[in-house]
Amino acid sequence: MATVLDAGEIGRALKRIAHEIIEHNHGLENVVLLGIPTRGAFLGERIADFLSEIAGPVPVGTLDITLHRDDLRLRPPRPLLPTNIPMGGIEGKDVVLVDDVLFSGRTIRAALDALGEIGRPRTVQLAVLVDRGHRELPIRADYVGKNIPTSSTESVRVHLSEIDGSDSVEIMAGA
Amino acid sequence: MKYTIKNARMLDDAIVDIEIANGVIANIGKEISAGEIVDAQKSLVIPGLVDLHTHLREPGREDSETVATGSAAAAKGGFTAISAMANTFPVADTAGVVEQVFRLGQEAGLCDVFPIGAVTAGLEGKKLAELGAMANSKAQVRIFSDDGKCVSDPLLMRRALEYVKTFNGIIAQHAQEPALTVGSQMNEGLVSSKLGLTGWPAVAEEAIIARDILLAEHVGSRLHICHLTTAGGVDLVRFAKSRGINVTAEVTPHHLLLTDELVSNYDPVFKVNPPLRTEKDVMALRKGLADGTIDIVGTDHAPHPTEDKDCEWQSAAFGMVGLETALSVVVKAMIETELMSWETLVERMSIAPAKIAGYAKHGQIVAKGSPANLAIIDTSATWIVDRNTLASKSKNTPFAGMTMPAQVRHTFLNGDLVLKNGQIVSKMNGGSN
Amino acid sequence: MEKHLLSINDLSASEAIQILNTASELSKISDGPMKKLPTLRGRTVVNLFFEDSTRTRISFESAAKRLSADVINFSAKGSSVSKGESLKDTAQTLQAMGADAVVIRHGASGAAQRLADSGWISASVINAGDGTHEHPTQALLDAYTIRSKFPDLKDNFNGLKVAIVGDILHSRVARSNVLLLSKLGAKITLVAPPTLIPVGVTDWDVDVSYDLDSAILNADVVMMLRIQSERMAASFFPSEREYSRGYGLDLARLNSLKDSTIVMHPGPMNRGLEISAESADSHKSVVLAQVSNGVLVRMAVLYQLLGGAALTGEVGA
Repeated sequence: MATVLDAGEIGRALKRIAHEIIEHNHGLENVVLLGIPTRGAFLGERIADFLSEIAGPVPVGTLDITLHRDDLRLRPPRPLLPTNIPMGGIEGKDVVLVDDVLFSGRTIRAALDALGEIGRPRTVQLAVLVDRGHRELPIRADYVGKNIPTSSTESVRVHLSEIDGSDSVEIMAGA
Repeated sequence: MKYTIKNARMLDDAIVDIEIANGVIANIGKEISAGEIVDAQKSLVIPGLVDLHTHLREPGREDSETVATGSAAAAKGGFTAISAMANTFPVADTAGVVEQVFRLGQEAGLCDVFPIGAVTAGLEGKKLAELGAMANSKAQVRIFSDDGKCVSDPLLMRRALEYVKTFNGIIAQHAQEPALTVGSQMNEGLVSSKLGLTGWPAVAEEAIIARDILLAEHVGSRLHICHLTTAGGVDLVRFAKSRGINVTAEVTPHHLLLTDELVSNYDPVFKVNPPLRTEKDVMALRKGLADGTIDIVGTDHAPHPTEDKDCEWQSAAFGMVGLETALSVVVKAMIETELMSWETLVERMSIAPAKIAGYAKHGQIVAKGSPANLAIIDTSATWIVDRNTLASKSKNTPFAGMTMPAQVRHTFLNGDLVLKNGQIVSKMNGGSN
Repeated sequence: MEKHLLSINDLSASEAIQILNTASELSKISDGPMKKLPTLRGRTVVNLFFEDSTRTRISFESAAKRLSADVINFSAKGSSVSKGESLKDTAQTLQAMGADAVVIRHGASGAAQRLADSGWISASVINAGDGTHEHPTQALLDAYTIRSKFPDLKDNFNGLKVAIVGDILHSRVARSNVLLLSKLGAKITLVAPPTLIPVGVTDWDVDVSYDLDSAILNADVVMMLRIQSERMAASFFPSEREYSRGYGLDLARLNSLKDSTIVMHPGPMNRGLEISAESADSHKSVVLAQVSNGVLVRMAVLYQLLGGAALTGEVGA
């Protein structure tokens, strides 16, 4: 097990992502953040906090993608997680999806499907804390906290103080 | 055919050799070696069991049982006499049908089969069947029953009780008030309330028992109450006997062991008429059988083909097979619990039923000169009930998979070995008379 | 709930709450124009109805379709299916067709359990009402409706007072609701003439009252059950008028309820018999919400039963 990001580095990475979001979108007027539960939701809140410090408040919500997963049959059924779309919706907005780890890309594909149920954003962007490679779909992130080269047998664990007690990103050897 | 049963254990624990010749016990002693030797290996020898309540289904439902297959099941269960209930197709309500069943039993030659005649024509509860003709037939019917249905009309019941006095007959009543059991599926109580199955109240049985006891007293006739299942019913019979009323009562093995809790998974193998009752009832039945309030055990052996049980509860047939498990179940319920001795078991399962029915060659104590109707029981053996090894044509036993005490090793019918080491011996001659 | 939903007894309190939570999440997605969710694409749900119940069948059908399952409606009423052996034959046919779930409505108590236990079929079995036994999804949708009207109730129904009124003896809705609501902590009073209360009720975890007026005074929920006039023919009560006077929710009784009390009915209602038109249409009545919530709750149940593999280990990352 190796720690690849500590609490300070996570904070700085999220702050940098916040700056990049403002820069890329020329401000925040049209931006909506949607975190993908569980940890993406907390990261979305944290980025929103940075954004409001830098440039003012931004609508932030959550988007559960469980019902759109293509691997449902491979797992026991899991409880649905909250979807909370901010007031004002996503129609015509620049939606930034926030997740902890970008890996195969399947979660993001499901998120795009889930988003399609709710409305038609002007653009959809993706922010992730960690991109570990090994994509199985033509999906890329617009904002990346850290690129971490991994082997496919390794696993990446993101710990956040909101539910794990402290912040860190670790790589574990595969079983 | 001559036999010697070596090393037989008597009820008093004496180990003896028993010589059998000409259908009777010719000698009991030591060091006898006449004819074919059957080594009992210290198994218990008792008079063959007698069942007053057997459904053999022939004629009419030979897909579920025949007189021959039922006789084989009886021999395996240690029975030497069984009584074929009248609810066949056609109903055993004429001399012709009862003679046919009697003859089929003789031909099978594995067990004495005594037909029971219907009380009412077609079991319809409207008018008496030709009771006298059946009594005077070759089958010499003495027990009459509409079993499966209750003789619910009080006047008809009174007439039947009176009429059979001429030939010392007995009416065996299936006590079930029909109006209180419309659509009934199981015992009415906590379990039925949870399962949403229409209840079968104890009072539906007890009301008929009470009425018939009083009728029997009034007309001075013999009454036999089939398959008692409720604590209240036991109390009523106890009351009747204390008044000197000529009533006998019967309990099935399954009602001594199983309760309505078993219905909870809706498996129709537990669907039976009368229904399984509560723990309290089971305890009262055991006590009643032990103290003699209940005179006999009757199997209510009720074979049904797979398709009549392989369905939802409501559509399933009522009934359980029981001949091959009866002895073991009674041992489990009564002897292992120390409520009853083997002597009393022999009384309840052989001597008393033979006496009630007048089966002269059965239910005689094992003694020189007695008819050689015998069962030899390994009382220390245990066995697991397996549907697939039942001799009965139907497999609807509620005891499948249960470990049972006591196993029937050999059965002698009128001096012939019909069950040897647990296997049916094919018939040697034309049966007995 | 492992594989089947045959009875409320198949659910723990937390599993029941999870179904309600899932239904809540689904309700957010369903607000506005509802598109199909892809969740159960490629799965086959068979509605096997041995009794007519258009509303229950439509509710299950639309729940399954919203999750993109293929739906086959098999109405066995009026066909040759009347005896049990045919239940077996029908089940084996459905098995051969590759059903993943069978939603069964049957007139015989225990039919759903027989279907699940018999080995005739490997599909998940959902009990959509079996005889006078249970109707577990009705109880779940009732609990969901109650929770939506009492926002303080979240993970339990502690302190909630529920009066269930009517033909308890023959009601599968009552049985499932008694089990579920008491499991969740509600205090239940059954109200009916003694003829319509099961003999075994003394061992249930409920109070029993023969007096509707006093029983509903403090109730938070008044659940009226459908009364069938055939019960009158069997002398469970003397006349419809007498039943209605004693056990109908008329305007006077409606007015005696607390402001916050809600009135429920599983439908279809006999207006003027167990419930007056004023009560059925009052602002206290949540009957229509019960209907619309039925789809959400049945989606949640289908998702719980079919929305995953019965694997134990973790798969993938």
